[in-house]
Amino acid sequence: MAKQTKLSPWDIVQIARHAERPNITDYVRLLCDDFVELHGDRLFGDDRGLIGGFATIGGVKVVLIGHRKGRGIEENIEANFGMANPEGYRKAMRLMRLAEKYGLPVVSFVDTPGAYPGSEAEARGQAEAIAHNLEFMSTLKTPIVVVVCGEGGSGGALGIAVGDRVLMLQNAVYSVISPEGCASILWRDGTKAALAAETLKITADSLKSLGIIDAIVPEPAGGAHADPSATASAVKKAVLACIAELKRLSLEELVEQRYAKFSAMGRF
Amino acid sequence: MSWFEKPAEAPVRVPTEAIWAVCPSCKAYIAKDVWRAADRVCPRCNHHDRLSCRERVALLSDAGSFKELNAGVSFNDPLKFTDASGAYADKAKATVAKTGVGESVLTGTAEIEKIGVVLGVMDFKFLGGSLGSGTGERILLAAEKAMEFKRPLIIVSASGGARMHEGIVSLMQMAKTCAAIARVKEAGLPYISILTDPTTGGVSASYAMVGDLNIAEPKALIGFAGRRVIEQTIKQKLPDDFQTAEYTLAHGFVDHIVPRKEMKSFLAKILRYAGF
Repeated sequence: MAKQTKLSPWDIVQIARHAERPNITDYVRLLCDDFVELHGDRLFGDDRGLIGGFATIGGVKVVLIGHRKGRGIEENIEANFGMANPEGYRKAMRLMRLAEKYGLPVVSFVDTPGAYPGSEAEARGQAEAIAHNLEFMSTLKTPIVVVVCGEGGSGGALGIAVGDRVLMLQNAVYSVISPEGCASILWRDGTKAALAAETLKITADSLKSLGIIDAIVPEPAGGAHADPSATASAVKKAVLACIAELKRLSLEELVEQRYAKFSAMGRF
Repeated sequence: MSWFEKPAEAPVRVPTEAIWAVCPSCKAYIAKDVWRAADRVCPRCNHHDRLSCRERVALLSDAGSFKELNAGVSFNDPLKFTDASGAYADKAKATVAKTGVGESVLTGTAEIEKIGVVLGVMDFKFLGGSLGSGTGERILLAAEKAMEFKRPLIIVSASGGARMHEGIVSLMQMAKTCAAIARVKEAGLPYISILTDPTTGGVSASYAMVGDLNIAEPKALIGFAGRRVIEQTIKQKLPDDFQTAEYTLAHGFVDHIVPRKEMKSFLAKILRYAGF
């Protein structure tokens, strides 16, 4: 563990993107006693880059949603490398509506390079889909626990990340823009990504001190991929603690606190 | 010295900038007084040039009715950000001095054909209209003021998206503004979004896209991802009309495209339908 504190933000980016890093499929397998996947946004299709369904975690029934990265090229092509299309965000909203209706907490796993920047995604309203989720999640009358478990890529991440509690794995990153993108725009030099990663303050430690996330979930030495089971148990423990805590609040208090939490961000 | 050996002298220059404006779209020369009278809409190609927030306020609200709110809320530098061109704080300070507004959105109370509203107008000249924490805070406070006064909220967007220099704090302004807008709607108050050139990235993916009505100016660039990024992703060239207001309307995300000259009366008409 002591070694990990010396990692640079750019090192952490590499861990967050590691091909063997546990993805949502792993978390479903390691974390859930049961999972019933629910498909489709009822408007266009079923996004394979953002999945969700009913899940039971440590005996607690929840609605679980999350970006899906694959393992290996074929699975990743199917999952679009975790880059969701508008129908993914709309499916997430549909499932969160069900969560509210059935009184289930939402657990949301964030792991995406960003929302898919494709022409079809634009045509179907990528911006509108994300925007509506932000609005909708801010008033949802059920607890929302977010786990940034890999890459928190900009609006595509935030589109399912407006939570009462936002947890972040020790070696996850969460950023307004990729370090490479920022480097090529502000430094006009894509090779300055390591510098951009440091300047953007995208690691769990930095985001905790900025008040953006609530808690850091520790990873085993070597990173989450070194011991997925241990990682999943740590995530499970943290998520269940958050749910238990949030369930003590009335739904009105819950929504009021969520509003207070996000409206205080960037108020200095 | 014969004439052909004479060093080329600078020809007598007509100070064209003083008399002529050049349409950024069709490059036509337009007499400046004509350009101003047309509120910077090109009489030849109908290009709607970008306006400053104060020009926009003057265009949309009854004369003298605008009262700025929260002028003291300005930019923040939570990351102490410095890039290749220097410190963000210095750049932001210079922008405040240049534009005379403290953030990329100017907010206030105003009247539109005597209907009281809360108005927010973004200014692209302020760091590309980027969504900083001060921008988000001003919009949230404007939304809360709309609820306090039971007035419609109108936001005119002009923005490239999030402000990278404020990193994750900028990203969170998307959630923050949308939370405030959701409350305005829950209070039964109208929220009208006007999308002007350009409305992209984090602003299109937050408050600009969730109006009761989304109204656009002709030909405004509206979209989530940048054209270059999309072309690189799909490895195809995109059509010229991609992400224009007209494209956005055809795909169902904008209610109406309204020429600049008619925007104020159109807004008033909508607000009367909404019961104001």
